[in-house]
Amino acid sequence: MSLSAAATSPDAQSAAVQPLLRAAALFCERDERVLFSGLDFSLFAGEVMQVQGSNGSGKTTLLRILCGLNSGYEGEIFWLGEDIDDNREGFLASLLYIGHRVGVNKILTARENLRWSSALHTPVTDADIDNALVRVGLAGYADVTCRNMSAGQQQRVSLARLLLSPAKLWVLDEPFTTLDVHGVKVLETLLAEHAGQGGAVLVTTHHKLDVPCELRRLNLDKQG
Amino acid sequence: MSDQSMPVQNSAAQVSTFAAFRATLRRDLLIALKRRNDLLNPLMFFLIVVSLFPLGVSSDPNELTRIAAGTVWVSALLASMLSLDNLFRADYEDGSLEQLLLSPQPLYFMVLAKNISHWLISGLPVVLLSPLLAYMMYLPADAYWTLVFTLLLGTPVLSLFGAIGVALTVGLGSRGLILAVIVLPLTMPVLIIGAKAVADASLGLPLGMHYALLGAILAMSLSLAPLASAAALRISVN
Repeated sequence: MSLSAAATSPDAQSAAVQPLLRAAALFCERDERVLFSGLDFSLFAGEVMQVQGSNGSGKTTLLRILCGLNSGYEGEIFWLGEDIDDNREGFLASLLYIGHRVGVNKILTARENLRWSSALHTPVTDADIDNALVRVGLAGYADVTCRNMSAGQQQRVSLARLLLSPAKLWVLDEPFTTLDVHGVKVLETLLAEHAGQGGAVLVTTHHKLDVPCELRRLNLDKQG
Repeated sequence: MSDQSMPVQNSAAQVSTFAAFRATLRRDLLIALKRRNDLLNPLMFFLIVVSLFPLGVSSDPNELTRIAAGTVWVSALLASMLSLDNLFRADYEDGSLEQLLLSPQPLYFMVLAKNISHWLISGLPVVLLSPLLAYMMYLPADAYWTLVFTLLLGTPVLSLFGAIGVALTVGLGSRGLILAVIVLPLTMPVLIIGAKAVADASLGLPLGMHYALLGAILAMSLSLAPLASAAALRISVN
């Protein structure tokens, strides 16, 4: 009931054009070298934004700052118009981050890893996990210890999290590095699907992204 | 009926903090069980260190009785140091720590879960083995229960304080002795009170104050140490 009311209310109208994530005047310096300064950008629902830049231009640093893992910056970051420090829990509930280190424990199996990482955010069933693993091309690998998988397969285990999470904002740091051609296709499809469902993606990659949806680019080389 | 279920989906499916706590505890125990070496190391170390004293100091029962309390306590302390690194190290290296920090759940409970799991794996076995080593060290029979109780109150504190040290140093490349330098001084009060209680028990002196002090230290560290660890972890991943 409240939903249908909200859909037509002016509040919802303004919410529709409000950016999910907005960064204002971000400044970051590392080892006396300015990585970026006065960086402003907005990320809207339905968008995939590719963060570009040469090695050492601060792509990873930017993503970590936006997630709140790195606090060595100046400027402001807003989630749905609210400073992320004011509503940290709400922001984290809508965020899914996969970094360079993909967060897959090698001693555990794929299922055990996913069960834990999901438990931090959303309850999932074993069937959900199986389906997600099938989607990322790991059918039959649910109970294989991750140490016995290749780097690309471990990466795929971490990508299965994308399918298990209700998070609106995906922040992915070099998710394509170890994937094969088929894996790249799967991930590109996932990104487009997520954007299509009203989510947003922030991704760094040197790979030429081919997604059938809105793709914006943020180039850090022009900053700082 | 929601046609566009996106916002609903976002808020509906939240996990309770308790479920996340349980999942973290379960995960850490599972990892420990799969790494049998880590499970046995502290215990073997405890056994070996204590058995060095009769060989190195004296095998005279009277002499051993005198040093028994201190020996067992110091060995328990060293054994707990040995396994501390397991707390956050692997998680830091494989990125799981970042996932933990980005969980919407209060970090306090997640760190507490890791601490409890660490204690169950490295502290509890030491407590259970201690009467055997006390027997070996000719500790008077009256003091056995005191030893077990003080270790039961004291070893969780060693895990909790140790976690702060590990959280602070987990991001450093070469740590060497720095962990021991940070953690050991913090554990001095527990060591002093614990060993004194056992020594007093073998003399038949009242023990109420020792238990009260250890209990107070445990209560304080249970409520504050995970907060300190959580803050230290945030700094370490920065």
